[in-house]
Amino acid sequence: MSKSISTVKKMWIGLAVLALLSPIGLILPDKFKAGSAWGEWGADEIEKMLGYVPQGMKKLAEMWQAPMPDYAFKGWDKLGLGMQSLAYVVSAVLGIAVIVAIIMLLGKIALKDDK
Amino acid sequence: MHIPDGYLSPQTYVPFYAFIIPYLAVAARKVKNTIRSRQVPLLALGAAFSFVIMMFNVPIPGGTTGHAVGGVIVAILLGPWAASIAVSIALIVQALLFGDGGITAIGANCFNMGMVIPFVGYYTYKLIAGNSEITSSRRWIAGAVAGYLAINVAAVCAGIEFGIQPLIASAPDGHPLYAPYPLSVAVPAMALEHLMLFGFVEALVTALVIKYLQKADNELLTVYGGAR
Repeated sequence: MSKSISTVKKMWIGLAVLALLSPIGLILPDKFKAGSAWGEWGADEIEKMLGYVPQGMKKLAEMWQAPMPDYAFKGWDKLGLGMQSLAYVVSAVLGIAVIVAIIMLLGKIALKDDK
Repeated sequence: MHIPDGYLSPQTYVPFYAFIIPYLAVAARKVKNTIRSRQVPLLALGAAFSFVIMMFNVPIPGGTTGHAVGGVIVAILLGPWAASIAVSIALIVQALLFGDGGITAIGANCFNMGMVIPFVGYYTYKLIAGNSEITSSRRWIAGAVAGYLAINVAAVCAGIEFGIQPLIASAPDGHPLYAPYPLSVAVPAMALEHLMLFGFVEALVTALVIKYLQKADNELLTVYGGAR
């Protein structure tokens, strides 16, 4: 079991490395001039493709304003790839922290009698 | 594969919510009964891994982007029910904090990536890996095939969900109200990019983690190794 614990520790380090390397997922699409994922276009892209924005889509699309849309700080989309990469890493770390906190909390609540 | 708000009609997203909430409740109960306190960090690790691996967008030059989900390796290590919880929590955080995937589409996205990927991946892996030695290369090959297949099945599901929208919800003038492309466009588009590229990304992620664990600590690989 102690072996597994040290492996899990190593995997956490691996996760941290992935978080630091995450801007690759931002830079590669930029370098290869790839756009959005299929079916994940913004209203402006849809308008370019179709000439209009479907009515229902227009109504629903803006219903949620995420605090860090597209893993960036609001207004940072005009800044260069370097600053966007920084925001991307911050997003990765923040997302990991929130997810780990949620699961540890749920685990505590659900398994409070278990040692 | 993160369907945004506005692409699914209420006739689609409401039933997906109605299905996924009890599904996740069942998954949570199953996980609660099989997991021990000291394995909770492994579940958190799996969810966090899925979250961060989805940030690694892989481009099709001049085309679209896609990414691995990591749901297959989490299912192999923790079982498909625990993987459903892990990936779904990652998806909900992505939607709420980062606007990646819509709020209305959480049900559908958790169905595609949080349920279909772990289950297809887990059972494909079991089928191919069989009773082979934990250190056998059959294991990582099984993981690769499972990763490739699972993400493709999920992509086709998403393609169908996109493609039925014009059938379900169109304005009186015939213009679609939500996702505009028919099945004949949406399904091949989603399937082809995953068959050509993104399927191999999930395959690679799954196989690499298995190969690493075969060397480092194959105890974690005994099926549900982490959850026993």
